Amino acid sequence: MKQEGKKAIWSEYQKDIAEDEYFYVRSCIRQNFFPGSEVAFLRIMRDVLKKDVYEHPCHTTCSGIGYHGDIVPVETAMTVVARQFALMTEAGYTNYVPSCITSFGLYTEILDTWHHFPEVEKKVREQLKKATGREFEKPKNLAHASDVIYKFRKEIAAKAKYKLINKETGEPLKVVDHIGCHYAKMFPSKGVGGAEYPYVLTGMVEEWGGNVVDYPERRHCCGFGFRQYLVQANRGFSVACSKEKFESMKPFKPDMIITNCPGCPMFLDRWQYVINEMEGKRYGQNGQGIPVFTYEEVAGLVLGYDPWDLGLQMHQTDCEPVLEKMGIEYDPDKKFNTDPIAKKVDARQLVNV
Amino acid sequence: MSKHVVVIGGGVAGMEAAGQLSKYGFEVSLVEKEKTTGGHLNDWHKLFPDRRSSTEVKEYLDGIILNKGINVLTNTTIEKFNKNRNTFSITTSGGTEMTADAVIVATGFELFRSSRKEEYGYGIYDNVITSSDLEEMFRNDRILMSNGDVPSTIGIVHCVGSRDEKVGNLYCSKLCCVTAVKQAIEIREHLPQSKVFCFYMDMRMGGAHYEELYREAQEEWGVSFIRGKVSEAGETIHNRLVIKVEDTLAGRPLKMELDLLVLMAGMEMSDGGKKIAVSAGLNTGDNRFFAATDNHYGSNRSNIDGIFYAGTCTAPMNITETISHARAAVSEVMDYLNDGKK
Repeated sequence: MKQEGKKAIWSEYQKDIAEDEYFYVRSCIRQNFFPGSEVAFLRIMRDVLKKDVYEHPCHTTCSGIGYHGDIVPVETAMTVVARQFALMTEAGYTNYVPSCITSFGLYTEILDTWHHFPEVEKKVREQLKKATGREFEKPKNLAHASDVIYKFRKEIAAKAKYKLINKETGEPLKVVDHIGCHYAKMFPSKGVGGAEYPYVLTGMVEEWGGNVVDYPERRHCCGFGFRQYLVQANRGFSVACSKEKFESMKPFKPDMIITNCPGCPMFLDRWQYVINEMEGKRYGQNGQGIPVFTYEEVAGLVLGYDPWDLGLQMHQTDCEPVLEKMGIEYDPDKKFNTDPIAKKVDARQLVNV
Repeated sequence: MSKHVVVIGGGVAGMEAAGQLSKYGFEVSLVEKEKTTGGHLNDWHKLFPDRRSSTEVKEYLDGIILNKGINVLTNTTIEKFNKNRNTFSITTSGGTEMTADAVIVATGFELFRSSRKEEYGYGIYDNVITSSDLEEMFRNDRILMSNGDVPSTIGIVHCVGSRDEKVGNLYCSKLCCVTAVKQAIEIREHLPQSKVFCFYMDMRMGGAHYEELYREAQEEWGVSFIRGKVSEAGETIHNRLVIKVEDTLAGRPLKMELDLLVLMAGMEMSDGGKKIAVSAGLNTGDNRFFAATDNHYGSNRSNIDGIFYAGTCTAPMNITETISHARAAVSEVMDYLNDGKK
């Protein structure tokens, strides 16, 4: 494999990512799947990188999950997204950062649609005005939260307490990077590195000491695929998708998987347990599973955050093999006995918008 | 005093045009950017459909331009191009200044840069090569994988950079299908134990003896033709290629391992042609090739009096068509210079 060939492609797919002052919108499902990840993003951005990240208490789903699940019409989705943009405008921000890959894909698709069909944008503006009285400006910069962490990967590396290196052998950890389908497959130019050889997670892994594994099924869907999972009858297909990937990556003996999508870590993590229950198969080394992480969790581990503060106890495939390899200090007894890290929010303090 | 015609491009079309012009008594300058004339013919080993050696055609072309009084300028490009009232002032990269009474543009084509079809991994995976790379292997009589092993399972992908909206080329390059058939047969000739699979959208065998060659490939050489586009290529831990393709006739997806994947790179307007188009103010079409003034009876004529086109700078065409087109360009030049316009 010629690495310079990939570098040539990566150089063609770079994107502008805002420097500061982000309007951050959370995912519908990540807080249930991996509740520490979004909090970790905010901690890293605010406490480590000293950036201004604003969250609006009134933001809702972008409706992308319904749109891609074939239950929300595109015009409805556009109007919901227009309302999100209105909240950003009212808060005085212009740099929009969604936590969810499908949201990022939907926002990209809608902005592109409005660019080519201004009459659709006009109609959506009218609908939003009638329904809510709101008006909006389109974002000056749209970047997925993983783009933002990618942008500051060197700064994170400079403050790193641990590296993606096997402490015993000194070898870089072998990392499978799995990119959410809606990140760049629809609009390759909007993703760092494009669609075929995305660099957004690879850049983080390389900067933090690891090596990325290129395996045949790296482009394959994780198994979420919306209708594969949301329609109960299709769930066997969902497991089969994940299994296809695990079988393909297994010969490369990866130490871990890093993801940037809400669904991917969920399915790559949970289905390993399911496949083991169904067939008695495990895909990691020494009879273990392959630990699966979000990029925020990996950034948090590199920066020395406590694994249980990052919510790694919520993973069904144990994360400990990676913690051991990286030499991370942790207390096994506190795995399921941790204090909530997020401060309780007093509802009365929320801005009534 | 004889009229001076400058031919830009020393490939098949340019050489044929220069040779014919010289034969009819014109003073001719032939400008070629490479160190030798012949263009893509120099890169090809054997030609379809009869698999004759490319050197035979090259020898014919050399025979009509060498020692015929033609001013052949190799390693030379056009730097300045101006039209005066009835003549053209041309300055070459070597500083030569020429005045031409007419110009034939024969800047040819370039092969589609296959790395732009990122999903096939050209330039990334060691054993993904182009049709041009394979010709070089034929020429050297060594069809080998990157590790020096002899490949046993070989895939050929048609339409790489052609009929492809994603890369901005809607047109058919016309010659890739027959090139694939020719190369598939040649692989089987060189490696009788090998299996060869061609992945095509449509088999466009619209040339003399093409269809017969296609039949020969199937009946005599056992080449498998699978109708479907390859969607992606990857690499196993053992450095074998893995491709995904849909067999649209069987109605099912396929995944197979290969030792070698050959990409049938399409044809695109050359960079030299694009440069001339800008400097001379020549019209180009949606496909970025030069746009002739009439597709039926004026395919050699440009939008500027005195400038004519020859060969693949206007559209993909084979060598037979290119030579005919070049001769037609010479005919147009003769009409132009002799009918009183000059």
